[in-house]
Amino acid sequence: MAHFLKDKVCVVGVGETKYTRGTASTTLQDALEASAKALADAGLKPHDIDGIVSNAGLAPAPETLAANLGIRELKFAVGNTVGGGAGACAGLQIAATAIAAELATTVLMPVGWHSYSGLRVRKLGSEVDLTTVPGPIGATIADFYMPQGAFVPAHFYGWMATRYVQEYGVKPQSAAAVALAARRHCHLNPLAYMRGRPLTLEDYLNSRIISYPFRLNDCCLETDGACAIVMTTAERARDLRKPPVYISGCAEGHPYPDDDFGARTDLLHIGLTDAAPKAYAMAEVTPADLDFAEVYDCFTYVVLIELEALGVCKRGEAGDFVRGGAIELGGRLPILTHGGLLSEAHLAGASHIVEAVRQLRRECGERQVKDAEVGVVTGWGDFGDGSIAILRR
Amino acid sequence: MTNPGGKYQLPLPARMGLAAEFYRYCKAHELRFQRCTDCGAWRHLPRPMCPECGSFNYQWARASGRGKVYSWITVVQPMLPAFNDAVPYIVPLVDMEEGVRMVAMLEGVAPEAMHIGMAVEVYFEDATPEITLPRFRKAR
Repeated sequence: MAHFLKDKVCVVGVGETKYTRGTASTTLQDALEASAKALADAGLKPHDIDGIVSNAGLAPAPETLAANLGIRELKFAVGNTVGGGAGACAGLQIAATAIAAELATTVLMPVGWHSYSGLRVRKLGSEVDLTTVPGPIGATIADFYMPQGAFVPAHFYGWMATRYVQEYGVKPQSAAAVALAARRHCHLNPLAYMRGRPLTLEDYLNSRIISYPFRLNDCCLETDGACAIVMTTAERARDLRKPPVYISGCAEGHPYPDDDFGARTDLLHIGLTDAAPKAYAMAEVTPADLDFAEVYDCFTYVVLIELEALGVCKRGEAGDFVRGGAIELGGRLPILTHGGLLSEAHLAGASHIVEAVRQLRRECGERQVKDAEVGVVTGWGDFGDGSIAILRR
Repeated sequence: MTNPGGKYQLPLPARMGLAAEFYRYCKAHELRFQRCTDCGAWRHLPRPMCPECGSFNYQWARASGRGKVYSWITVVQPMLPAFNDAVPYIVPLVDMEEGVRMVAMLEGVAPEAMHIGMAVEVYFEDATPEITLPRFRKAR
Protein backbone atom coordinates (compact mmCIF):
# COMPACT_ATOMS: atom_id res chain seq x y z
CA MET A 1 0.00 0.00 0.00
CA ALA A 2 1.28 3.41 -0.90
CA HIS A 3 2.56 5.65 1.87
CA PHE A 4 -0.11 8.14 2.98
CA LEU A 5 2.11 11.14 2.11
CA LYS A 6 3.00 10.00 -1.39
CA ASP A 7 1.87 12.55 -4.00
CA LYS A 8 -0.67 14.09 -1.59
CA VAL A 9 0.94 17.52 -1.53
CA CYS A 10 2.37 19.67 -4.32
CA VAL A 11 4.72 22.58 -4.64
CA VAL A 12 2.64 25.17 -6.46
CA GLY A 13 4.67 28.35 -6.22
CA VAL A 14 8.32 29.35 -6.05
CA GLY A 15 10.05 32.71 -5.97
CA GLU A 16 13.25 34.44 -5.01
CA THR A 17 15.02 37.77 -4.67
CA LYS A 18 18.20 38.71 -6.49
CA TYR A 19 21.30 37.05 -5.07
CA THR A 20 23.99 39.54 -4.07
CA ARG A 21 26.98 40.09 -1.86
CA GLY A 22 26.09 43.15 0.10
CA THR A 23 22.55 44.40 0.59
CA ALA A 24 20.62 47.34 1.99
CA SER A 25 17.64 45.06 2.63
CA THR A 26 16.67 42.98 5.67
CA THR A 27 16.01 39.25 5.78
CA LEU A 28 12.37 40.07 6.61
CA GLN A 29 11.99 42.27 3.54
CA ASP A 30 13.74 39.70 1.34
CA ALA A 31 11.66 36.82 2.72
CA LEU A 32 8.48 38.83 2.05
CA GLU A 33 9.58 39.73 -1.49
CA ALA A 34 10.34 36.07 -2.28
CA SER A 35 7.03 35.03 -0.67
CA ALA A 36 5.05 37.53 -2.75
CA LYS A 37 6.71 36.20 -5.90
CA ALA A 38 6.04 32.59 -4.93
CA LEU A 39 2.37 33.42 -4.27
CA ALA A 40 2.07 35.22 -7.62
CA ASP A 41 3.74 32.23 -9.30
CA ALA A 42 1.02 30.01 -7.81
CA GLY A 43 -1.77 32.45 -8.58
CA LEU A 44 -2.56 32.72 -4.87
CA LYS A 45 -3.09 35.66 -2.51
CA PRO A 46 -1.41 36.02 0.91
CA HIS A 47 -4.68 35.28 2.71
CA ASP A 48 -4.78 31.87 1.02
CA ILE A 49 -1.86 30.86 3.26
CA ASP A 50 -2.81 29.23 6.54
CA GLY A 51 0.50 27.64 7.50
CA ILE A 52 4.10 28.86 7.64
CA VAL A 53 7.30 26.86 8.09
CA SER A 54 10.44 28.91 8.72
CA ASN A 55 13.66 27.19 7.82
CA ALA A 56 16.22 26.48 10.55
CA GLY A 57 15.94 29.89 12.11
CA LEU A 58 17.14 31.49 8.88
CA ALA A 59 13.83 33.14 8.04
CA PRO A 60 11.89 35.54 10.25
CA ALA A 61 9.43 33.99 12.71
CA PRO A 62 6.16 32.68 11.23
CA GLU A 63 4.21 35.15 13.36
CA THR A 64 6.16 38.09 11.94
CA LEU A 65 5.69 36.87 8.40
CA ALA A 66 1.96 36.31 8.97
CA ALA A 67 1.55 39.79 10.40
CA ASN A 68 3.16 41.33 7.32
CA LEU A 69 1.28 39.12 4.88
CA GLY A 70 -2.06 39.88 6.50
CA ILE A 71 -2.77 36.26 7.35
CA ARG A 72 -5.67 36.53 9.81
CA GLU A 73 -5.89 32.84 10.66
CA LEU A 74 -2.55 31.09 10.91
CA LYS A 75 -3.37 27.46 11.69
CA PHE A 76 0.08 25.89 11.56
CA ALA A 77 3.41 27.52 12.39
CA VAL A 78 6.85 25.96 12.71
CA GLY A 79 9.55 28.41 13.64
CA ASN A 80 12.71 26.40 13.44
CA THR A 81 13.25 23.27 11.38
CA VAL A 82 16.25 21.13 12.26
CA GLY A 83 19.70 20.86 10.93
CA GLY A 84 20.84 24.10 9.21
CA GLY A 85 20.95 23.34 5.49
CA ALA A 86 18.95 20.17 6.04
CA GLY A 87 16.07 22.38 7.15
CA ALA A 88 14.67 23.21 3.71
CA CYS A 89 13.93 19.64 2.61
CA ALA A 90 12.95 18.78 6.18
CA GLY A 91 10.57 21.74 5.95
CA LEU A 92 8.93 20.22 2.87
CA GLN A 93 8.31 17.09 4.92
CA ILE A 94 6.83 19.10 7.79
CA ALA A 95 4.59 21.10 5.46
CA ALA A 96 3.51 18.03 3.50
CA THR A 97 2.65 16.21 6.70
CA ALA A 98 0.61 19.14 8.02
CA ILE A 99 -1.28 19.50 4.73
CA ALA A 100 -1.92 15.76 4.33
CA ALA A 101 -3.18 15.68 7.93
CA GLU A 102 -5.51 18.61 7.13
CA LEU A 103 -3.96 20.83 9.79
CA ALA A 104 -3.47 23.46 7.09
CA THR A 105 -4.32 23.68 3.42
CA THR A 106 -1.64 25.95 2.00
CA VAL A 107 1.79 26.36 3.57
CA LEU A 108 4.45 28.96 2.83
CA MET A 109 8.13 28.21 3.49
CA PRO A 110 10.39 31.24 3.10
CA VAL A 111 14.15 31.20 3.59
CA GLY A 112 15.82 34.57 3.92
CA TRP A 113 19.48 34.53 4.71
CA HIS A 114 22.14 37.18 4.51
CA SER A 115 25.05 34.76 4.76
CA TYR A 116 27.37 37.45 3.38
CA SER A 117 26.18 40.61 5.13
CA GLY A 118 24.61 38.99 8.20
CA LEU A 119 25.39 35.74 9.97
CA ARG A 120 28.51 34.42 8.24
CA VAL A 121 29.12 30.81 9.04
CA ARG A 122 32.86 31.35 8.64
CA LYS A 123 32.63 33.82 11.54
CA LEU A 124 31.53 31.18 14.04
CA GLY A 125 33.47 31.84 17.19
CA SER A 126 34.51 35.37 16.27
CA GLU A 127 31.53 37.54 15.36
CA VAL A 128 29.13 34.74 16.28
CA ASP A 129 29.16 33.71 19.96
CA LEU A 130 29.07 29.92 19.87
CA THR A 131 27.43 29.64 23.26
CA THR A 132 24.39 31.38 21.78
CA VAL A 133 24.12 29.24 18.62
CA PRO A 134 20.82 27.37 18.87
CA GLY A 135 20.63 23.63 18.40
CA PRO A 136 23.08 20.92 19.33
CA ILE A 137 26.34 22.14 17.83
CA GLY A 138 27.18 25.44 19.53
CA ALA A 139 28.06 24.01 22.93
CA THR A 140 30.11 21.16 21.46
CA ILE A 141 32.18 23.56 19.40
CA ALA A 142 32.58 26.10 22.20
CA ASP A 143 33.72 23.55 24.76
CA PHE A 144 35.57 20.87 22.83
CA TYR A 145 36.38 21.82 19.22
CA MET A 146 37.20 25.51 19.22
CA PRO A 147 39.93 25.42 21.87
CA GLN A 148 41.59 22.82 19.61
CA GLY A 149 41.29 24.98 16.49
CA ALA A 150 38.24 23.39 14.81
CA PHE A 151 35.23 25.69 14.65
CA VAL A 152 33.88 26.25 11.12
CA PRO A 153 32.20 23.84 8.68
CA ALA A 154 35.38 23.56 6.59
CA HIS A 155 36.94 22.01 9.69
CA PHE A 156 34.16 19.59 10.69
CA TYR A 157 33.42 18.39 7.18
CA GLY A 158 37.17 18.26 6.58
CA TRP A 159 37.42 15.42 9.11
CA MET A 160 34.88 13.53 7.02
CA ALA A 161 36.51 14.42 3.72
CA THR A 162 39.98 13.38 4.92
CA ARG A 163 38.64 10.02 6.04
CA TYR A 164 36.87 9.63 2.69
CA VAL A 165 39.98 10.57 0.71
CA GLN A 166 42.18 8.22 2.76
CA GLU A 167 39.74 5.31 2.70
CA TYR A 168 39.01 5.42 -1.03
CA GLY A 169 41.94 7.25 -2.62
CA VAL A 170 39.69 10.02 -3.94
CA LYS A 171 41.59 12.54 -6.07
CA PRO A 172 41.15 16.33 -6.08
CA GLN A 173 40.11 15.97 -9.73
CA SER A 174 36.90 14.27 -8.56
CA ALA A 175 36.01 17.11 -6.21
CA ALA A 176 36.92 19.47 -9.04
CA ALA A 177 34.39 17.75 -11.31
CA VAL A 178 31.64 18.83 -8.90
CA ALA A 179 32.89 22.42 -8.68
CA LEU A 180 33.26 22.64 -12.46
CA ALA A 181 29.81 21.16 -13.20
CA ALA A 182 28.18 23.65 -10.83
CA ARG A 183 30.09 26.50 -12.43
CA ARG A 184 29.26 25.46 -16.01
CA HIS A 185 25.58 25.15 -15.15
CA CYS A 186 25.47 28.52 -13.41
CA HIS A 187 26.41 30.30 -16.61
CA LEU A 188 22.95 29.27 -17.90
CA ASN A 189 21.18 30.72 -14.84
CA PRO A 190 20.58 34.50 -14.93
CA LEU A 191 20.25 34.55 -11.11
CA ALA A 192 23.58 32.88 -10.39
CA TYR A 193 26.12 35.01 -8.55
CA MET A 194 29.10 33.45 -10.37
CA ARG A 195 27.49 33.60 -13.81
CA GLY A 196 30.04 34.62 -16.43
CA ARG A 197 33.02 33.93 -14.17
CA PRO A 198 34.75 30.89 -15.62
CA LEU A 199 36.44 28.21 -13.56
CA THR A 200 38.91 25.76 -15.13
CA LEU A 201 40.47 22.62 -13.68
CA GLU A 202 43.75 24.51 -13.52
CA ASP A 203 42.08 27.37 -11.58
CA TYR A 204 40.64 24.79 -9.21
CA LEU A 205 43.91 22.97 -8.62
CA ASN A 206 45.73 26.27 -8.11
CA SER A 207 43.18 27.64 -5.63
CA ARG A 208 44.59 27.88 -2.13
CA ILE A 209 44.07 25.23 0.52
CA ILE A 210 41.71 26.45 3.23
CA SER A 211 41.79 23.36 5.38
CA TYR A 212 43.04 20.08 3.97
CA PRO A 213 41.56 18.61 1.82
CA PHE A 214 39.42 21.67 0.96
CA ARG A 215 40.66 24.20 -1.56
CA LEU A 216 38.91 27.54 -1.90
CA ASN A 217 36.90 26.22 -4.85
CA ASP A 218 35.63 23.26 -2.84
CA CYS A 219 33.77 25.71 -0.60
CA CYS A 220 30.35 27.23 -1.22
CA LEU A 221 29.54 30.91 -1.60
CA GLU A 222 28.27 33.31 1.01
CA THR A 223 25.54 35.54 -0.44
CA ASP A 224 22.49 37.62 0.50
CA GLY A 225 18.94 36.87 -0.61
CA ALA A 226 15.79 34.85 -0.03
CA CYS A 227 13.55 32.34 -1.70
CA ALA A 228 10.13 30.96 -0.91
CA ILE A 229 8.08 27.88 -1.64
CA VAL A 230 4.29 27.44 -1.51
CA MET A 231 2.67 24.04 -1.04
CA THR A 232 -0.93 22.84 -1.05
CA THR A 233 -3.05 19.74 -1.57
CA ALA A 234 -2.73 17.89 -4.87
CA GLU A 235 -6.45 18.49 -5.37
CA ARG A 236 -6.13 22.29 -5.06
CA ALA A 237 -2.88 22.29 -7.00
CA ARG A 238 -4.60 21.11 -10.18
CA ASP A 239 -6.61 24.36 -10.34
CA LEU A 240 -3.69 26.73 -9.82
CA ARG A 241 -1.63 28.71 -12.26
CA LYS A 242 1.37 26.42 -12.80
CA PRO A 243 1.64 22.66 -13.36
CA PRO A 244 1.77 20.94 -9.96
CA VAL A 245 5.02 19.36 -8.77
CA TYR A 246 4.28 16.41 -6.50
CA ILE A 247 6.15 15.61 -3.29
CA SER A 248 6.41 11.87 -3.93
CA GLY A 249 8.82 10.99 -1.17
CA CYS A 250 10.52 12.74 1.71
CA ALA A 251 12.58 11.81 4.74
CA GLU A 252 15.15 13.10 7.19
CA GLY A 253 18.04 11.36 8.91
CA HIS A 254 20.36 12.13 11.79
CA PRO A 255 23.74 10.54 12.27
CA TYR A 256 24.58 9.23 15.74
CA PRO A 257 25.60 11.03 17.84
CA ASP A 258 24.18 14.15 16.23
CA ASP A 259 25.84 16.61 18.63
CA ASP A 260 29.42 15.34 18.26
CA PHE A 261 30.72 15.06 14.72
CA GLY A 262 33.96 13.50 15.84
CA ALA A 263 32.46 10.61 17.77
CA ARG A 264 30.76 8.73 14.92
CA THR A 265 31.83 5.11 14.57
CA ASP A 266 31.63 5.57 10.80
CA LEU A 267 32.01 9.21 9.84
CA LEU A 268 30.77 8.45 6.33
CA HIS A 269 27.40 7.20 7.60
CA ILE A 270 25.54 10.49 7.24
CA GLY A 271 21.93 11.47 7.86
CA LEU A 272 21.12 10.94 4.19
CA THR A 273 22.37 7.33 4.40
CA ASP A 274 19.32 6.56 6.54
CA ALA A 275 16.93 9.00 4.89
CA ALA A 276 17.38 8.12 1.20
CA PRO A 277 16.03 4.55 1.26
CA LYS A 278 12.91 5.74 3.11
CA ALA A 279 12.27 8.47 0.53
CA TYR A 280 12.73 6.06 -2.39
CA ALA A 281 10.34 3.60 -0.76
CA MET A 282 7.73 6.30 -0.21
CA ALA A 283 8.04 7.57 -3.78
CA GLU A 284 8.27 4.02 -5.16
CA VAL A 285 11.24 4.92 -7.32
CA THR A 286 14.90 3.87 -7.46
CA PRO A 287 18.03 5.94 -8.08
CA ALA A 288 17.84 4.81 -11.74
CA ASP A 289 14.56 6.72 -12.11
CA LEU A 290 16.12 10.10 -11.27
CA ASP A 291 16.46 12.60 -14.11
CA PHE A 292 18.49 15.11 -12.06
CA ALA A 293 19.78 15.64 -8.53
CA GLU A 294 20.01 18.96 -6.70
CA VAL A 295 22.48 17.72 -4.08
CA TYR A 296 23.29 19.99 -1.15
CA ASP A 297 26.75 21.31 -1.95
CA CYS A 298 28.27 23.18 0.96
CA PHE A 299 31.53 21.46 -0.05
CA THR A 300 32.38 19.41 -3.15
CA TYR A 301 33.48 16.34 -1.18
CA VAL A 302 30.16 16.38 0.70
CA VAL A 303 28.42 16.04 -2.68
CA LEU A 304 30.46 12.92 -3.47
CA ILE A 305 29.53 11.34 -0.15
CA GLU A 306 25.86 12.27 -0.64
CA LEU A 307 25.79 10.72 -4.13
CA GLU A 308 26.83 7.46 -2.48
CA ALA A 309 24.26 7.84 0.30
CA LEU A 310 21.67 8.42 -2.44
CA GLY A 311 22.59 5.06 -3.95
CA VAL A 312 23.55 6.71 -7.24
CA CYS A 313 26.83 4.86 -6.93
CA LYS A 314 28.35 2.47 -4.42
CA ARG A 315 30.39 3.63 -1.46
CA GLY A 316 33.79 4.85 -2.56
CA GLU A 317 32.78 5.05 -6.22
CA ALA A 318 31.46 8.61 -6.54
CA GLY A 319 34.94 9.88 -7.33
CA ASP A 320 34.96 7.85 -10.54
CA PHE A 321 31.27 8.47 -11.26
CA VAL A 322 31.57 12.27 -11.39
CA ARG A 323 34.53 12.33 -13.75
CA GLY A 324 33.73 12.27 -17.45
CA GLY A 325 30.60 14.40 -17.54
CA ALA A 326 28.00 12.13 -15.87
CA ILE A 327 26.89 14.95 -13.55
CA GLU A 328 26.73 17.67 -16.19
CA LEU A 329 23.71 18.67 -18.28
CA GLY A 330 23.31 15.99 -20.94
CA GLY A 331 25.06 13.44 -18.71
CA ARG A 332 23.64 10.41 -16.90
CA LEU A 333 22.55 12.38 -13.82
CA PRO A 334 22.95 16.16 -14.01
CA ILE A 335 23.45 17.74 -10.60
CA LEU A 336 23.23 21.34 -9.42
CA THR A 337 21.60 22.51 -12.65
CA HIS A 338 21.29 26.04 -11.19
CA GLY A 339 24.86 26.22 -9.96
CA GLY A 340 24.12 25.29 -6.36
CA LEU A 341 25.66 26.81 -3.27
CA LEU A 342 28.99 26.58 -5.04
CA SER A 343 28.11 28.92 -7.91
CA GLU A 344 24.54 30.26 -7.68
CA ALA A 345 23.98 31.41 -4.09
CA HIS A 346 23.68 30.08 -0.54
CA LEU A 347 20.03 29.81 0.43
CA ALA A 348 20.57 26.92 2.81
CA GLY A 349 19.08 24.42 0.38
CA ALA A 350 15.88 26.26 -0.50
CA SER A 351 17.08 27.33 -3.95
CA HIS A 352 17.73 23.65 -4.73
CA ILE A 353 14.01 23.01 -4.23
CA VAL A 354 13.10 26.05 -6.34
CA GLU A 355 15.33 24.79 -9.17
CA ALA A 356 13.95 21.24 -8.99
CA VAL A 357 10.41 22.60 -9.25
CA ARG A 358 11.29 24.70 -12.30
CA GLN A 359 13.06 21.75 -13.94
CA LEU A 360 9.98 19.58 -13.47
CA ARG A 361 7.77 22.33 -14.91
CA ARG A 362 10.29 22.52 -17.76
CA GLU A 363 10.79 26.25 -17.33
CA CYS A 364 14.59 26.20 -17.32
CA GLY A 365 15.40 27.23 -20.88
CA GLU A 366 18.99 26.56 -21.83
CA ARG A 367 19.67 24.55 -18.68
CA GLN A 368 16.53 22.42 -18.95
CA VAL A 369 17.05 18.71 -18.32
CA LYS A 370 15.33 17.12 -21.29
CA ASP A 371 12.07 15.31 -20.48
CA ALA A 372 12.60 15.73 -16.71
CA GLU A 373 9.97 13.66 -14.88
CA VAL A 374 11.51 12.86 -11.48
CA GLY A 375 14.16 14.72 -9.52
CA VAL A 376 15.73 14.55 -6.10
CA VAL A 377 16.72 17.35 -3.73
CA THR A 378 18.88 16.80 -0.68
CA GLY A 379 19.65 18.86 2.39
CA TRP A 380 22.67 18.72 4.66
CA GLY A 381 23.50 20.73 7.72
CA ASP A 382 24.95 21.17 11.17
CA PHE A 383 27.04 18.06 11.90
CA GLY A 384 25.66 15.98 8.99
CA ASP A 385 21.89 16.00 9.42
CA GLY A 386 20.34 14.91 6.14
CA SER A 387 17.04 15.41 4.39
CA ILE A 388 15.66 14.44 1.02
CA ALA A 389 12.66 15.12 -1.19
CA ILE A 390 11.77 13.23 -4.33
CA LEU A 391 9.68 15.40 -6.61
CA ARG A 392 7.83 14.54 -9.83
CA ARG A 393 5.73 16.38 -12.36
CA MET B 1 50.74 25.58 21.07
CA THR B 2 53.93 27.06 22.39
CA ASN B 3 53.88 30.80 22.55
CA PRO B 4 57.22 31.85 23.93
CA GLY B 5 57.21 34.94 26.08
CA GLY B 6 53.61 35.77 25.28
CA LYS B 7 50.15 35.46 26.70
CA TYR B 8 48.07 32.47 25.57
CA GLN B 9 46.29 33.62 22.38
CA LEU B 10 43.92 30.85 21.34
CA PRO B 11 40.24 30.50 22.26
CA LEU B 12 39.50 28.89 25.61
CA PRO B 13 36.67 26.46 26.36
CA ALA B 14 33.37 27.95 27.53
CA ARG B 15 33.22 25.19 30.19
CA MET B 16 29.43 24.96 30.29
CA GLY B 17 27.69 22.32 32.40
CA LEU B 18 29.50 18.97 32.61
CA ALA B 19 32.31 20.27 30.39
CA ALA B 20 33.54 22.18 33.44
CA GLU B 21 34.17 18.88 35.22
CA PHE B 22 36.15 17.50 32.29
CA TYR B 23 38.39 20.57 32.37
CA ARG B 24 38.73 20.48 36.16
CA TYR B 25 40.48 17.11 35.78
CA CYS B 26 42.57 18.48 32.89
CA LYS B 27 43.82 21.18 35.26
CA ALA B 28 45.13 18.37 37.46
CA HIS B 29 46.73 16.87 34.30
CA GLU B 30 44.35 13.94 34.40
CA LEU B 31 42.43 12.76 31.38
CA ARG B 32 39.12 11.42 32.60
CA PHE B 33 36.00 10.41 30.71
CA GLN B 34 32.59 9.60 32.13
CA ARG B 35 32.00 5.92 32.74
CA CYS B 36 28.60 4.48 33.58
CA THR B 37 28.71 2.78 36.97
CA ASP B 38 25.77 0.56 36.00
CA CYS B 39 26.77 -0.85 32.59
CA GLY B 40 30.42 0.19 32.44
CA ALA B 41 30.17 2.06 29.11
CA TRP B 42 32.60 4.93 28.59
CA ARG B 43 31.36 8.17 27.10
CA HIS B 44 32.70 11.45 25.77
CA LEU B 45 31.42 14.21 25.23
CA PRO B 46 30.10 14.59 28.78
CA ARG B 47 26.38 13.83 29.11
CA PRO B 48 23.96 13.43 32.05
CA MET B 49 22.60 10.07 30.81
CA CYS B 50 24.29 6.87 29.66
CA PRO B 51 23.28 6.42 26.00
CA GLU B 52 23.83 2.65 26.34
CA CYS B 53 21.65 1.85 29.36
CA GLY B 54 19.86 5.04 30.39
CA SER B 55 21.54 5.29 33.79
CA PHE B 56 22.26 8.65 35.41
CA ASN B 57 25.04 7.12 37.52
CA TYR B 58 28.63 7.61 36.45
CA GLN B 59 32.14 8.24 37.60
CA TRP B 60 34.94 10.25 36.03
CA ALA B 61 37.26 7.35 35.20
CA ARG B 62 40.93 7.78 34.45
CA ALA B 63 41.82 7.20 30.78
CA SER B 64 45.13 5.97 29.39
CA GLY B 65 45.53 8.98 27.09
CA ARG B 66 46.56 6.70 24.25
CA GLY B 67 44.80 6.32 20.94
CA LYS B 68 44.98 6.04 17.17
CA VAL B 69 44.21 8.63 14.51
CA TYR B 70 40.82 8.06 12.80
CA SER B 71 40.91 11.20 10.64
CA TRP B 72 42.30 14.74 10.74
CA ILE B 73 42.34 18.20 9.24
CA THR B 74 45.33 20.35 8.46
CA VAL B 75 44.20 23.94 8.84
CA VAL B 76 46.13 26.21 6.50
CA GLN B 77 44.06 29.40 6.46
CA PRO B 78 43.51 30.86 9.92
CA MET B 79 39.80 31.57 10.38
CA LEU B 80 40.53 33.80 13.38
CA PRO B 81 43.47 36.20 13.85
CA ALA B 82 44.36 34.27 17.02
CA PHE B 83 45.43 31.35 14.81
CA ASN B 84 47.69 33.42 12.54
CA ASP B 85 50.84 32.07 14.17
CA ALA B 86 49.45 28.58 14.68
CA VAL B 87 48.89 27.59 11.02
CA PRO B 88 49.42 25.10 9.59
CA TYR B 89 48.10 23.03 12.45
CA ILE B 90 46.65 19.52 12.62
CA VAL B 91 43.49 18.54 14.47
CA PRO B 92 42.91 14.78 14.48
CA LEU B 93 39.98 12.68 15.60
CA VAL B 94 41.48 10.00 17.79
CA ASP B 95 40.04 6.61 18.73
CA MET B 96 41.02 6.36 22.39
CA GLU B 97 41.79 3.01 24.00
CA GLU B 98 38.60 3.27 26.09
CA GLY B 99 36.48 3.29 22.91
CA VAL B 100 35.56 6.97 22.83
CA ARG B 101 36.78 9.44 20.24
CA MET B 102 38.45 12.71 21.14
CA VAL B 103 39.41 15.95 19.38
CA ALA B 104 42.63 17.82 20.20
CA MET B 105 45.46 19.54 18.35
CA LEU B 106 48.39 17.35 17.43
CA GLU B 107 51.79 18.85 18.05
CA GLY B 108 55.11 17.97 16.50
CA VAL B 109 53.97 16.00 13.45
CA ALA B 110 54.41 17.25 9.89
CA PRO B 111 51.24 17.30 7.73
CA GLU B 112 52.79 14.98 5.16
CA ALA B 113 53.57 12.39 7.86
CA MET B 114 49.90 12.02 8.86
CA HIS B 115 48.16 8.70 8.37
CA ILE B 116 45.15 6.81 9.66
CA GLY B 117 46.09 4.62 12.61
CA MET B 118 49.01 6.78 13.79
CA ALA B 119 49.54 6.15 17.52
CA VAL B 120 49.25 9.31 19.61
CA GLU B 121 49.06 10.21 23.29
CA VAL B 122 47.62 13.04 25.36
CA TYR B 123 49.70 15.62 27.17
CA PHE B 124 48.52 18.77 28.91
CA GLU B 125 49.15 22.41 28.13
CA ASP B 126 48.55 24.93 30.92
CA ALA B 127 47.00 27.70 28.85
CA THR B 128 46.17 30.05 31.73
CA PRO B 129 46.40 29.73 35.52
CA GLU B 130 42.77 28.49 35.45
CA ILE B 131 42.55 26.45 32.26
CA THR B 132 44.55 23.47 31.03
CA LEU B 133 43.92 21.88 27.64
CA PRO B 134 44.61 18.34 26.47
CA ARG B 135 46.76 18.05 23.33
CA PHE B 136 48.04 15.11 21.32
CA ARG B 137 51.61 14.24 20.42
CA LYS B 138 53.04 11.21 18.66
CA ALA B 139 53.12 8.24 21.05
CA ARG B 140 56.51 7.66 22.61
